[in-house]
Amino acid sequence: MAEAIDTLRGQTSQPQTQPPQRNAQAERAAADRLSVATQWQLMWWRFRKHKLAMLAAVIVAFFYTVVLFADFFAYAQPSESDAQLSLLTPQPIRWFDGDEFRPHVYGISGKRDPRTLRRVYAPDPENKISVTFFTEGYEYKLFGLIPTNRHLLGLDGARPEEAMFLMGTDLQGRDLFSRLMIATRTSLTIGLVGVALSLFLGILLGGISGLYGGLVDNVIQRIIEILRSIPTIPLWMALAAAMPSQWPITRIYFFITLIIALIGWTTLARVVRGRFLSLREEDFVTAAELAGASKLRIIFRHMVPSFLSHIIAATTLALPAMIIAETSLSFLGLGLRAPAVSWGVLLQQASNIQAVASTPWLLLPAAPVIVAVLAFNFLGDGLRDAADPYG
Amino acid sequence: MASYIFNRVLAGLLTIWAASVISFITIQLPPGDYVTSYIANLQAQGTMISTQEADALRQQYGLDQPIYVQYFKWSTQMLQGNFGMAMEFNRPVREVIGDRMTLTIIVSFAAVLFIWVVALPIGIYSAVRQYSIGDYFFTFISFIGIAVPNFMLALVVLYVGYKYMNLESIGGLFSLDMALEPWGYTKIMDLIRHLPLPAVILGLAGMAEVVRILRANLLDELRQPYVVTARAKGLSETRVILKYPVRAALNPFASTIGYIFPFIVSGSIIVSLVLSLPTVGPLLFRSLIAQDLFLAGTILLLLAVLTVVGTLVSDLILMWIDPRIRHGMEGGR
Repeated sequence: MAEAIDTLRGQTSQPQTQPPQRNAQAERAAADRLSVATQWQLMWWRFRKHKLAMLAAVIVAFFYTVVLFADFFAYAQPSESDAQLSLLTPQPIRWFDGDEFRPHVYGISGKRDPRTLRRVYAPDPENKISVTFFTEGYEYKLFGLIPTNRHLLGLDGARPEEAMFLMGTDLQGRDLFSRLMIATRTSLTIGLVGVALSLFLGILLGGISGLYGGLVDNVIQRIIEILRSIPTIPLWMALAAAMPSQWPITRIYFFITLIIALIGWTTLARVVRGRFLSLREEDFVTAAELAGASKLRIIFRHMVPSFLSHIIAATTLALPAMIIAETSLSFLGLGLRAPAVSWGVLLQQASNIQAVASTPWLLLPAAPVIVAVLAFNFLGDGLRDAADPYG
Repeated sequence: MASYIFNRVLAGLLTIWAASVISFITIQLPPGDYVTSYIANLQAQGTMISTQEADALRQQYGLDQPIYVQYFKWSTQMLQGNFGMAMEFNRPVREVIGDRMTLTIIVSFAAVLFIWVVALPIGIYSAVRQYSIGDYFFTFISFIGIAVPNFMLALVVLYVGYKYMNLESIGGLFSLDMALEPWGYTKIMDLIRHLPLPAVILGLAGMAEVVRILRANLLDELRQPYVVTARAKGLSETRVILKYPVRAALNPFASTIGYIFPFIVSGSIIVSLVLSLPTVGPLLFRSLIAQDLFLAGTILLLLAVLTVVGTLVSDLILMWIDPRIRHGMEGGR
């Protein structure tokens, strides 16, 4: 511990140019601060230094803001389709009209192709539709409770046939941007629920394994080994294919998380077991035992708080795998199915070479997947480093 | 040492047995069976089938018996090399899977080979030239490899290949005119030309991980006093690095491959669907949708066998390159 304080002190100490006396004083103050800091404070101080992890934390926070207010960020009904508007290219927002700040998008005008006689839609620079903020749009319930119709973006006072498609439309003419917002909510909550289930199984079985040891430990470790050596995607595919297609969305949603958690818990169980094994030998546990504390009290009052931070870090690192799993399954058409909207469901439209070549914007939902997975990885790395303030 | 190998093989066999039970149960999970979906298919085409005929079909495939009897029959037949009939194709499973399984193995090993060949120099370079531009570049590539699910990578490669390189037939493992040819020298050369793309897509994530571990290990080794000694006695820099530190950092290298192998096999399934490779991936997908019991079960089981064998081989390699493990076994601690 003294060593760790030295290193931390080294990092917090004043620059060399300062008079030596003040320097020593500052050092003492820093050391005092460190010795009275709680574990969480130490973690936070350490985490703060990790620039990339801080950035990742901001990004993750942003993603979960979208999750909470998905309907607010969307501006068109995600299921509203219009076959006539199918596969329109993205319309970027233009912020300035001449020199004046007036956000607008170009309207879309339909012309008939003289050769094929099909109606083709193209952006029309003459027709500027202004974009307004905090506009009234379709009705929804905020947090599933408060009925409202406010949206971040909207076309105020636009004619019904005027619309904007920030990321273009899909084959059914649905607005990709709005669908992406709803998909973010689905995919990220699936990750959370999946991780919660894994965590429950992991702590329970890993805890039992680490606490009792012996035969129970052996059996649980063998089960984990077997589960880990079976290739996951084929197993997931088989399990997902077993869900009858007539099931309601909510039930499919629940079972998908269950399927994903089935493999996910093994990693967490290993972390928990390792922690239990090393803590079991610690003096403070022996002391608690000698003081006559019950087993449950020792676990939850003494052991769990000392490795909670590790669990949080491991959980964050487990999330990306969950997100990728759901995306892969839905992409194959074995996970969530329409009318549910998730990142994988959106990407399914870009699953063949013709689609990818002629309508590349359908690949856009890949971007949030990659950014989210990266952010969770960096955040988890930062948390893991910070979880060991003395390490 | 012999007892260590024996134990590993025994654990592998146990895993394979467990995998067979899990596969069989999983395949049995969906309500109804192959005959139900077969009848539904026929009805969709306007053909009716009587209950008697359906029962006869069930009897033919043994679907009318309790599940443990079915499992017992399936597993004993399997041990004799008879994988049952692929109902949808009306051909023995072994015939349907044959080449595709071989190609799955080839693609997976190509990916492992890619990891080994590429990760070693990059890992050494990144450790020796820590914080150089090259190190940052490879770190960046590594993060891409870890963060981008490989099916997405395949999609992006498809897009780039189609859009910017005008490759019409990107993907696949053979040229169009080669696919139906019998095996021969030209066909093998054709396969080798098509292998790099899927191997890189499959191996990128694994490579990233191996580079990360190799770099960390090598950095630890390079700080050891023996490296200073080697330098002090005037060995050339190449020798200083390659002779001992790299050798010592190699151990986790082998064990990581064993841990990554199941991911590669499992990733090959979804990547081959995107790139339309003639491996077992698309076949597994189809058989799962059609509830083709024996075909799907066999594929699941064979994939598990593949990963178990791959892991076992990596354990043996680890034992071969790490004298501490080898001799630790002999001494029996």
